[in-house]
Amino acid sequence: MDFELSEEQVLLKDSIDRFVKDNYGPEDRIKLSQTELGFSRDHWKTMAELGWLGMAFSEEAGGFGGGAVETMIMMESMGRGLVLEPFVSTVLLGGALVAEAGNADQIEAIIPEIIEGNLMMSFGYAEAQSRFNLNDVETTASKSGDGYILNGTKAVVYHGGTADKIVISARTSGASRDADGISLFIVDSNAAGLDIRSYATVDGQRAADVRLENVTVPASALIGAEGAASPVIEKVIDGAIGAICAEAVGAMAAANEITNEYLKTRKQFGTAIGKFQVLQHRMVDMYMEAEQSKSMSDMVAMKLDLGYADDTRKAVSAAKAQIGKSAKFVGQQSVQLHGGMGMTDEYSIGHFFKRLTTIEMLFGNTDFHLNRFSNL
Amino acid sequence: MDLSFTDEEVAFQSEVREFLEANLSADVKDRYSRGIHFSKEAQERWQRVLNDKGWLAPNWPVEYGGTGWTATQKYIFAQEMGRASAPPPMPFGVSMVAPVIYTFGNQEQKDYYLPRILKSEDWWCQGYSEPGSGSDLASLKTKAVRDGDDYIVNGQKIWTSHAQHANLIFCLVRTDGDVKAQEGISFLLIDMNTPGITLKPIIGLDKEHTLNEVFFDDVRVPISNRIGEENKGWTYAKFLLGNERTSIARIAQSKLRCEHLREVAAAERVNGGLLQDDIDFMRKLNQIEVDLMALEYTELRMLSKIEHGETLTAEPSLLKIKGSEIQQRLTELLVESLGMYGAAYEALEVREGRNDQNFAPDYAHGPMAEHLYLRAATIYGGSNEIQRNIISKMVLGL
Repeated sequence: MDFELSEEQVLLKDSIDRFVKDNYGPEDRIKLSQTELGFSRDHWKTMAELGWLGMAFSEEAGGFGGGAVETMIMMESMGRGLVLEPFVSTVLLGGALVAEAGNADQIEAIIPEIIEGNLMMSFGYAEAQSRFNLNDVETTASKSGDGYILNGTKAVVYHGGTADKIVISARTSGASRDADGISLFIVDSNAAGLDIRSYATVDGQRAADVRLENVTVPASALIGAEGAASPVIEKVIDGAIGAICAEAVGAMAAANEITNEYLKTRKQFGTAIGKFQVLQHRMVDMYMEAEQSKSMSDMVAMKLDLGYADDTRKAVSAAKAQIGKSAKFVGQQSVQLHGGMGMTDEYSIGHFFKRLTTIEMLFGNTDFHLNRFSNL
Repeated sequence: MDLSFTDEEVAFQSEVREFLEANLSADVKDRYSRGIHFSKEAQERWQRVLNDKGWLAPNWPVEYGGTGWTATQKYIFAQEMGRASAPPPMPFGVSMVAPVIYTFGNQEQKDYYLPRILKSEDWWCQGYSEPGSGSDLASLKTKAVRDGDDYIVNGQKIWTSHAQHANLIFCLVRTDGDVKAQEGISFLLIDMNTPGITLKPIIGLDKEHTLNEVFFDDVRVPISNRIGEENKGWTYAKFLLGNERTSIARIAQSKLRCEHLREVAAAERVNGGLLQDDIDFMRKLNQIEVDLMALEYTELRMLSKIEHGETLTAEPSLLKIKGSEIQQRLTELLVESLGMYGAAYEALEVREGRNDQNFAPDYAHGPMAEHLYLRAATIYGGSNEIQRNIISKMVLGL
């Protein structure tokens, strides 16, 4: 057992930390999030050039064969700067689904393009009625000739408006909420019948609602076996949960550093406010939440690298429940300890609070994962 | 001890309810029930309706335009306003500066300002906090120096809510720098159009413009605009803060939010059923309702004490702490009720015309903005940490 990073891993961490330091100062991030696109294509190119977009893919698929630990390292560092590029959507969702269940042709056509930085993806799985239940799929795909016709609406598809291809989960058989009968399709974002409506999210990112009206796709768009996608989706989402847990750990660490510094410098009643015991204890609680979260994030990354079993799923939900609770506490208290300063949009701390707030709900909120933990 | 309403009180309740049903316009109601910021025009329009009825300032003494209601009637009125989703009047004039004016102001000030507040002719804002003086308000540095019949004011205020709408500001200024901090403060009423005053907007977490910085650069203020005595401003300031802390509990509004949450829970789908069948979710809502009920009866118990001539010390701090915590828990739960649609948020000016960008239900527009904005509820009006210090010192003697 070893929680320390290898030399290569330290190099990976250092390179992302440097990128964040150079490109994600608080003002840079605010400016970028307010552009039409919501992120930078130049940064995306840099990420490709530095090999980060290929880190999580196997060597056979053209990647560097990194595991969940490498993803954790990258996401934690990106979390410190609240990086906006669609890394999770493209690599860990869209790309991972293809890599996990796609055939050789699909992998060959898509993964190298992602790694090169030429192709962006996203994953439309949630629907208005589904909340966090991945099997609650009412979007339908019916066979038609050699292909399928898709109908339905996908809700809050992160980066759906900028993706070149969107993976859509749709029901090819079975009743609503059956695990069996869900299939995955790769849909071009310019496909006829696709209505993509993009909007800003509170964390400065972009999401879209995607309506599919008689969208025709060829049989080659199907990822994996028809009707057998549920376990694939669950596994890929669990990987992404591990990743956003690490992002939250990075964001909490940064928020705590900023807040701690504020307690040391802000003076009221003739002394630094960090001298007041009630604020000291609050800050200690925030520190402990962040430490507990870091432990859970490291644990889940290492477990994911050992294989994917019931025990892994349980660990993922445990980590998400712990980190959801911690993220909420650290985010809210960071604002509180900053007083009025915490309420201004031009100061960085509020942006950490907002991203931590959405991480709590993303891929299932704390209640959802506590229940999943207890049912597994 | 008796909880029941008399026949007269029941009749009064019906009268208020019928009035609100007939006179509250739909646009005002809609914005308020969504937690979206008011528009100045609509807020003024609504305040005039209330004033025409004589109900704008129930807490004022009758001689200045108050209603003369009993504590129970005031409670009924607040409850009915909440129930109807009717926004209360802007607090800065009616419930903050007006009591200071009619308690400590001279006759001329009373005659001039109070009717203008009732008629919504003046919009007030509050010049208390400064960049270096937040929780430690008494350390404020904005200076007023005598020059003939005027003070010359220099300095800066911050976190000034809605200053962009205001034509008047009540300000704490330092008139003596050589004494204990609390003893050198005066309370001035300043015309926002005086040369030397500039505003700088602060965009909030919710991306709305509510807060401002206000700069004073050699601003001439007639000495006659001072309330009460020079260097006694801290007394008036504390009096005002005590009033602010009771109205800050916002119990009626929170009750309405609970009701709204039950409606959302009856509409949101989950696992083939409805959110209202989700035990975890409903447990949280029920817990808030119980806490809110405890707060409501605490407030009533305090009102009864006041009615019987007792003086409160730091009890309003309790209302502020519990009330603000409940407000935050409610909007947090409202955001949670929306699932991932809680994450979709753009500021109102951006959202208008783009409201149809997502397919979320209509009630999903608003809660996140309010959730972000209400993080300030445990900060403004004296942070909750400061309120706990006050209770510990004044009530518990620690």
